[in-house]
Amino acid sequence: MHWRGALRSLLSRPVPAAITVMAAIALSGYSVAHFPRSIMAFLLFQASILLLYFSRIHPWLKAALAVLTLGLLMPILGTINGYYLEVTIQVGIFVSLALGLNIVVGLAGLLDLGYVAFFAVGAYTWAIFGSPQANKFISEAWLKFPLASEWFFVFLVLGVITGAVTGILLGLPVLRLRGDYLAIVTLGFGEVIRVLANNLDKPINFTNGPKGITPIQRPPLFFQPFLHLLGIEAPPTALYPLYLYFLVLLIVGVVTVVNRRLENSHIGRAWEAIREDEVAAQAMGVPLVRLKLMAFACGASFAGVMGVVFSSKQVFINPESFTFLESIGVLAMVILGGMGSIPGAILGATAVTVLNLQILKGLSLWLNELRNAGVTILGYNLADLPTQLEPAKYERMVFGAILVLMVILRPQGIIPTRRRTRELGAE
Amino acid sequence: MDLHLLIVIFPQVLLDGLILGFMYALIALGYTMVYGVLEFINFAHSEIFVVGAFVGVEILLMLKARGGLELLSPFLILLLLLVAGMAVSGLLAMAVERVAYRPLRGTPRLIPLISAIGVSFFLQDAIRLVESIWRNAFNLVYPTMDQLNHRFTLTETIDVSVKSVVVIVVALLMLWALHLLVNRTKIGKAIRAVAEDQATASLMGINVNRMISLTFLIGGAMGGAAGVLFGIQYSLINPYTGFIPGLKAFTAAVLGGIGNIPGAMVGGLVLGLLEAFAASYLSLLTHGAFGAEYKDIFAFSVLILILIFRPKGLLGEVVRERA
Amino acid sequence: MRTYRIRTALVILTALALVLPVALLTEAQTKGTIKIATQSPLSGGQAALGEGLKLGTQLAIEQKKGPIEKLGFKVELVPYDDQAKPDVGVANAANVIADKDILVVVGHLNSGVAIPSSEKYKEVMLAMISPANTNPVVTDRNYLNVSRVCGRDDVQGVVGAEFAKTTLKAKKAYVIHDKTTYGQGVAEFFRDHAKKIGIEVVGFEGTEEKSNFDPIITPIKAKNPDLIYFGGIYDQAAPFFKQTREKGVKATFLGPDGMDSSDLAKIGGSAVKGMYYTSVAGPVTVYPKAKKFAGDYKAKFKKDPEPFAAQAYDSASIGLAAVEQAIKAAGGKMPNREQVSVAVRKSKYEGLTGKIEFDEKGDPKKALYFVLQVVSDDPAKWGDNKEVKRLEIAAPPLKK
Repeated sequence: MHWRGALRSLLSRPVPAAITVMAAIALSGYSVAHFPRSIMAFLLFQASILLLYFSRIHPWLKAALAVLTLGLLMPILGTINGYYLEVTIQVGIFVSLALGLNIVVGLAGLLDLGYVAFFAVGAYTWAIFGSPQANKFISEAWLKFPLASEWFFVFLVLGVITGAVTGILLGLPVLRLRGDYLAIVTLGFGEVIRVLANNLDKPINFTNGPKGITPIQRPPLFFQPFLHLLGIEAPPTALYPLYLYFLVLLIVGVVTVVNRRLENSHIGRAWEAIREDEVAAQAMGVPLVRLKLMAFACGASFAGVMGVVFSSKQVFINPESFTFLESIGVLAMVILGGMGSIPGAILGATAVTVLNLQILKGLSLWLNELRNAGVTILGYNLADLPTQLEPAKYERMVFGAILVLMVILRPQGIIPTRRRTRELGAE
Repeated sequence: MDLHLLIVIFPQVLLDGLILGFMYALIALGYTMVYGVLEFINFAHSEIFVVGAFVGVEILLMLKARGGLELLSPFLILLLLLVAGMAVSGLLAMAVERVAYRPLRGTPRLIPLISAIGVSFFLQDAIRLVESIWRNAFNLVYPTMDQLNHRFTLTETIDVSVKSVVVIVVALLMLWALHLLVNRTKIGKAIRAVAEDQATASLMGINVNRMISLTFLIGGAMGGAAGVLFGIQYSLINPYTGFIPGLKAFTAAVLGGIGNIPGAMVGGLVLGLLEAFAASYLSLLTHGAFGAEYKDIFAFSVLILILIFRPKGLLGEVVRERA
Repeated sequence: MRTYRIRTALVILTALALVLPVALLTEAQTKGTIKIATQSPLSGGQAALGEGLKLGTQLAIEQKKGPIEKLGFKVELVPYDDQAKPDVGVANAANVIADKDILVVVGHLNSGVAIPSSEKYKEVMLAMISPANTNPVVTDRNYLNVSRVCGRDDVQGVVGAEFAKTTLKAKKAYVIHDKTTYGQGVAEFFRDHAKKIGIEVVGFEGTEEKSNFDPIITPIKAKNPDLIYFGGIYDQAAPFFKQTREKGVKATFLGPDGMDSSDLAKIGGSAVKGMYYTSVAGPVTVYPKAKKFAGDYKAKFKKDPEPFAAQAYDSASIGLAAVEQAIKAAGGKMPNREQVSVAVRKSKYEGLTGKIEFDEKGDPKKALYFVLQVVSDDPAKWGDNKEVKRLEIAAPPLKK
């Protein structure tokens, strides 16, 4: 307990806080650069960003440091080890999904178990037209696909729109449903979308079924001439990860700002009113139908736009990316982070993704190295470990256990909303 | 369209659907029991169900190794499997509640849901770990018992096996027993009281924690029984087998009106019939344009339609209506 | 306070676990370590196949690392769990390419994971040798670093149909598949070729169902085909075959190489006795090397090889031989990834069941296909399955 109190008091005083944070960022950044393969070093770097968030320093300094770390340091470290950039991009994608679901579940209190459907809709929107796939149902004489990569930006907007429209389409029939009935219908909807994607290769081939769609256009490298002028010659394979990183960062930024504005507007308050007591909210004049549809549309549009980015990042998509388990994963992020809390959703998504893609993988790789090196623990040589106990096989088991532990230790979420903190404190 | 074909297979499809439906209903009972009391979806129920199936197969394999399969009557063996499966699954469900759900009582409803998902992940791979050390196998197969596999031929195109009849009979017995337990005994009354209002129930001298444990024991036992029957009916199980049937059964529970015991049965049957008819007929009716792969879409679309007109499920929700 | 103590303990444990790799990485070594990575699902419903792939690779490394070790390098296996999920596979791929010691990847099990992940490998020209990805797209992209030892859907489906027509003299066929890239791909090519050569296809049905096939079998029984082709993996096919027989359908069963597992006999029992499957892995009775592989695998891992384990063994062996070539070409120094990729593409390797050479886009030049018949319902006798036909078919050339 003492170190937590000490840390808190350190971070609450502006000058020591600023020094601590800057030192942490510099030190961890340096250690990543020095030990590019050490997952520990990168984890420290991630932790120092968290430290930055919690510290009470001047807002301008904070913003400047944020820009410096996320805008400059991260891309540099990402060039040193592309894996970190990949993890960060996926974190960004899941943050955006979690923020979207946070509106539906956290703010409006509508349990959605099929959220990944909107992500799929966005992804397929660009995948179909950004690849030769569209020519399977549109004559080549009429229009030749894939569309030029510049269309990507149009499709980002289209992703928002198709996401929102599907959200409303789902919302309309289920407006009367509450709680777990809503959950089961959304679950069904998510499965319907996935099964459709898996089967719409006949009678007309829209999605190419399980074989998936490839190659999907990547966003245009419109800035390459500028780089050329600056004398930077980089191959596209080196540029795309950085490019996607900034794109994702930008979208996450926009989504966060939109979320923040929504939360504090009358709409956000109305959503919370619906969550707390639907009947009372209606009695106070909250237009239920419109607001519920709006929650679905807003939440879905964030997923839709990220779907477009996802499909161009992957170059290939098929329905395997959009299973029920993905929906559950995003829900876990929102709830672990703290329902209805924006920083909570961001942190929840980061924690789950980092845990799954980085920490658990790192752990099993490390155990594997120990085994290869023939290390002995308590007189037992790890090289004799039977294949049944292969560490890489039990990542999911550990993940499950950590999920349970996290919920039990912090049932209110990592960063609960202020209001909920007060509620829980009163009990 | 070959009308003759459609008519000829109709009774068989009906029968297939009923058997599947009773299977779903049995699993759904476990979801509904827990939901009725705690209003919480026990996501780990599908793993509780798989554990039952594994207990069954282990006992059978042990009997087989000792030549017990020929010596004992298959119905005696079946009874043994059911009792063992129910005991282990019931106790496991109780343990899970104690470890992962009880500390979360009183938190918002979604919190235990996440804990349940964590338990589900954990149990899946834990079962795999145990099985891979114990048998070094991933897929386990129920040994065939000839008497259970015997088929009664009703007509040239319709037949039904003994094991399918067993599934239906056991499911009906379970429903009946559960109904009696909940509505006609003192324990049932206590469970219902806890479902209604935990605080008041505890003031009336009911041990709430014990009643909730008991609910998990009963629900888990139902899952265990369903697991054993699933194994006997479909023979192949692996640690991840439970996921899809669990999801379907949960759907069935909601369809019938979650928390409602007869509702789970009705929901299971409706879902089973829907799936059977969709899988058998879609391809025939559309000349192969849409096939069996659309059965889930079909089933879920009907589910959505039903819930639009009956937002609280087919038989309604018992918990809230009582209030 | 108790929870805080637990929490502190957890924090310390995690921190320890993460600090230690740094310590380990600084360990001094010989000329360097060469790592072979596998990427396959090691958890989840497809874990059995994914693990077979890993174990096949492990066996190959243990048996064939000698020559490279003589050149002064250590050889290690690094298994990754891609969870059969494309996003996890891609993240792993990024991690793989960041580890400069990894020179060969054996994987993946799912084409849906292999295609996006190999885009990552291509960034650094890291050689990926696939034992199981039959989707034509995998090699049709014409990447120098992507090769496969397994056949293509558009070859294997055709082989099955030819066999059905010429040997089985099938007239009415019913085709079932599992709605995956692999199963549906094979099944579609089977159907198309079957129609072309005059077999009537009375039904074509996909299903994700794993346990209850009753509603699918009912129409099959009514249509009474004389052949049922199942495009998919044994764990779904075996219960299907079993239930089909139990319901009194008499048709002959035929399937692709996903059937090649003793578990097929274990699950299907008498129902699968006498059925046929096509495979690039020949019968162990004819090929002493294949027999040795099956024996070694069983001795080491105490179970029979899964489908694609033999192909993984071949993939890893090709990878190791290519690394050896590349080391020699680089003058005994650590070769770079592109050199290894080039060496893989040039390999002339004597595999378990015949010579493997790659064409310009990474397909095996001539795939030798066997049609095998299951001779017994006893899983222990899986190795006795007999060869009934042998077909040699070249992969279709690159479309330009």
